Amino acid sequence: MGNSRNVPENKIAMIQNNSSLSPWEIVKISRHPSRPVFQDYLELLFEQFIELHGDRYYGDDRALIGGFAQLGGKKGMLIGQNKGKNTEDQIIRNFAMAKPEGYRKALRLMKLAQRFQLPVVVFIDTPGAFPGLEAEERGQAESIARNITEMAALQVPIVAVVIGEGGSGGALGVGVGDRILMLSRAIYSVISPEGCASILWRDAAFAPDAAQALNLTADALKRLGVIDRIIQEPGEGAHTDYIAIAMAVKEAVLETIEELEKITTEQLMEQRFLKYAAMGKFGVE
Amino acid sequence: MSWYTKTPDNKVSKKKTLWVRCKDCQNFVWQHEWTTNHNVCPICNYHDSLDAWQRIALLFDEGSFEEMFAGIYPVNSLDFNDLKGSYTDKIEENRKKTRLNEAVVTGVGFIHGIKVSAAIMDFRFLGGSLGSGTGEKIFQASLVALERRIPLIILSASGGARMQEGVLSLMQMAKTCAGIARLNQKNIPVISILANPTTGGVTASYAMMGDVHIAEPGAVIGFAGRRVIEQTIGEKLPKAFQTAEFLVEHGFVDCIVERKDLRDFLGKILSFYNRKHHQ
Repeated sequence: MGNSRNVPENKIAMIQNNSSLSPWEIVKISRHPSRPVFQDYLELLFEQFIELHGDRYYGDDRALIGGFAQLGGKKGMLIGQNKGKNTEDQIIRNFAMAKPEGYRKALRLMKLAQRFQLPVVVFIDTPGAFPGLEAEERGQAESIARNITEMAALQVPIVAVVIGEGGSGGALGVGVGDRILMLSRAIYSVISPEGCASILWRDAAFAPDAAQALNLTADALKRLGVIDRIIQEPGEGAHTDYIAIAMAVKEAVLETIEELEKITTEQLMEQRFLKYAAMGKFGVE
Repeated sequence: MSWYTKTPDNKVSKKKTLWVRCKDCQNFVWQHEWTTNHNVCPICNYHDSLDAWQRIALLFDEGSFEEMFAGIYPVNSLDFNDLKGSYTDKIEENRKKTRLNEAVVTGVGFIHGIKVSAAIMDFRFLGGSLGSGTGEKIFQASLVALERRIPLIILSASGGARMQEGVLSLMQMAKTCAGIARLNQKNIPVISILANPTTGGVTASYAMMGDVHIAEPGAVIGFAGRRVIEQTIGEKLPKAFQTAEFLVEHGFVDCIVERKDLRDFLGKILSFYNRKHHQ
């Protein structure tokens, strides 16, 4: 922060507040039991929501829900990974760990958005795609792969917002957006810190070290060019002020949609392709 | 993803060069017989791994493969260090050990006289993990297929996304699939060959996005790791779970083809591709 003298004081406080938290502390905030979940944003922000059910092949996954929605007068297709508000709800929602039918429903709704020429808004909050027997039998990998491929070519704007945990392929399976927004204490990672620690440190207790190494915070991901915009959380985190964070999310999502709707479909497609083409850092001899 | 830290458990007997012990049936096989059989056990048909260049020799018309994008190599962009040290050292060690710069070899070549763009993964290089360089090479291979209007063949052998590059690795799933999406739009075929193992983020991206899926016998193919699933459901999984045969049964793989027949089989499939349409 060499030129911090030029930054307004409240901004300095914010920056210091964020950087003084370790990545592991941010992981814990992102999983805080009273952190607002998709259901909260749905209730606080959207004027209309018509939930649509089922993937048309197998069933209806309640971990990943969606439908027509209206935000600040703006109509769109809303898709969200829903962790649930209490134990009972969390079980019904399978802790937001979607199965193939969830990903296939999400894709169906995105295609529907294309048919209706509506922007797609996705709220990401999952520990990961469900690692279970039936999920494998029904093609968990194929469902995620297909979503990622189809999203790359979807002809309407896609805005993804990481509100809590961006758990690996389970997040990316609905996360290939034109813009990726992320709450300042959300995380997005290729593997959970615990999982990474148990493999590379041979002990899940090293999760704080893994969290540091994985660069999974919003600040780190902005620096790496993976996300586009950080939505600052109030106070100690989003759980301390639901209204404030909901309003900040609303503002950011509406601004982003407005920006994306200014360009033609061809430009949108080309920009999305180039965005993902540029992902990654490597050397060339 | 424990494939990562496990030292390859080399079952070659003490007399090293003479005998190979099959990892599956545990029988000893004469080394020469083992290698002429392309590392497939003549007793139980276990398909042991092959490196990328061995696979290229097996699949392509002799001398027809021209490597491309060979200079792309991984960098430690996150300054990732774990218990065993720096990712930088791991990269160097793997480059030296395999004489490859990345976990995939890309290029163009002919299979039974038909030109294809190809990406052949090598499990020896950091467990065939998908990092930024790997993703870039596969993406470039898809652009070659797109520009020249030739089929894309991807052979996967990978434990999944590369942890040491964090979310940048995850984003390679989106990058490679963006390339495949373009091929889909132009009706250029993608053939995915799934070798042992193909798991995690590689299965959940390009490996499952072929127009035709061919697997090697017995190959482990899946999304979540066996141990993770066992922890989730609280019981042991049957041995045949997440094998090529399991995937055929559930409709995710078209055919299982033995290694010795793979080149001819690919030739046959490719012969059905009406290239006039694209000229």
